[in-house]
Amino acid sequence: MTELSKQDALVHYAAQIGDNGLIIGHRMAEWCFRAPSIEMEMALMNCALDMIGQSRELYSYAAEAEGAGKTEDDFAYRRDEKDFRNNLLTEVPNGDWGDTIVRLFFMSAYNKLFYAALAGSSDSQLAAIGAKSLKEVTYHLRFSSEWLIRLGDGTEESHERAQKSVDSLWTYTGELFTMTDAENRLLKDGISVDVAALKADWNEIIEQVLKQATLTVPADGWAQTGGKAEGIHTEYFGYIIADMQYMQRRYPGCEW
Amino acid sequence: MTEQAKEQEWPLWEVFIRSKAGLDHKHCGSVHASDSEMAMEAARDVYTRRSEGISIWVVPSNAITASKPEDKESLFEPADDKIYRHPTFYDIPKGAGKM
Repeated sequence: MTELSKQDALVHYAAQIGDNGLIIGHRMAEWCFRAPSIEMEMALMNCALDMIGQSRELYSYAAEAEGAGKTEDDFAYRRDEKDFRNNLLTEVPNGDWGDTIVRLFFMSAYNKLFYAALAGSSDSQLAAIGAKSLKEVTYHLRFSSEWLIRLGDGTEESHERAQKSVDSLWTYTGELFTMTDAENRLLKDGISVDVAALKADWNEIIEQVLKQATLTVPADGWAQTGGKAEGIHTEYFGYIIADMQYMQRRYPGCEW
Repeated sequence: MTEQAKEQEWPLWEVFIRSKAGLDHKHCGSVHASDSEMAMEAARDVYTRRSEGISIWVVPSNAITASKPEDKESLFEPADDKIYRHPTFYDIPKGAGKM
């Protein structure tokens, strides 16, 4: 196998981080008009817009690094399922409020460590995106942690359901700490984040919050993977891009 | 709304926001939340989306004792004809110079 060029790896890497933000942002945005209260709706939409904003910056940078005249929209609206390299955790359905909170919590804990590390990237554009995003995801982590603590340490029913959410989403968390070829290629230049090395700190955040929430941390077992490394998604993914890309597919190049 | 549904509702909190250093916190609205920490986050998410604030206070609405609208005449109107309570009522003696 020939090694990826640095440029290809950088395009791939920026887009891959952007995919996480776009897909989880889209999922969160599905709560619009459906959240339990106006306060929660605005909280989720704020998080969603933060994450979609992060993906826009990353896609723009991927387009620039590629130098083929593409824009952020080409990455979001004109790629197929296989081209998206998000973690599977970001694409599974919202489920109930507990599932949504647990997913956001797992992802925000990861994002906080990830963007803090990315802020130290030798690539100045990625470092700037990391520093800006870190402030946003720090709040996402605070919001989702406080909610999870109240669900876990709330009523008998909320405890039981929160534990179920934790258990069922756990299998998607292992993929967060796997390394792709692009990540490995950029690691030696100090551009990418060594995500495998984030696992211990991530566990610490998870354990601390789940303990406060009186919830049990599941044992690591077999992990669902394939989205990030190969673009092999869950059966839910096609519906996301069908929904998201409809306008650009039906009216190519449309603007408003 | 049934009595039971009312009991299950989150309490109401009044939100006060300071827009910049040196200014007072100003009342800007209210949120429903289960406790003060959640009220703080709800206030942040609802009322500071457009850079409105640098500091937030949340206060349980039921901790506020408010004057009654029907007491308006007896509470506030008696002050209306006491114009001597305003400094502008008084002439300043020439010898005092500018104040």
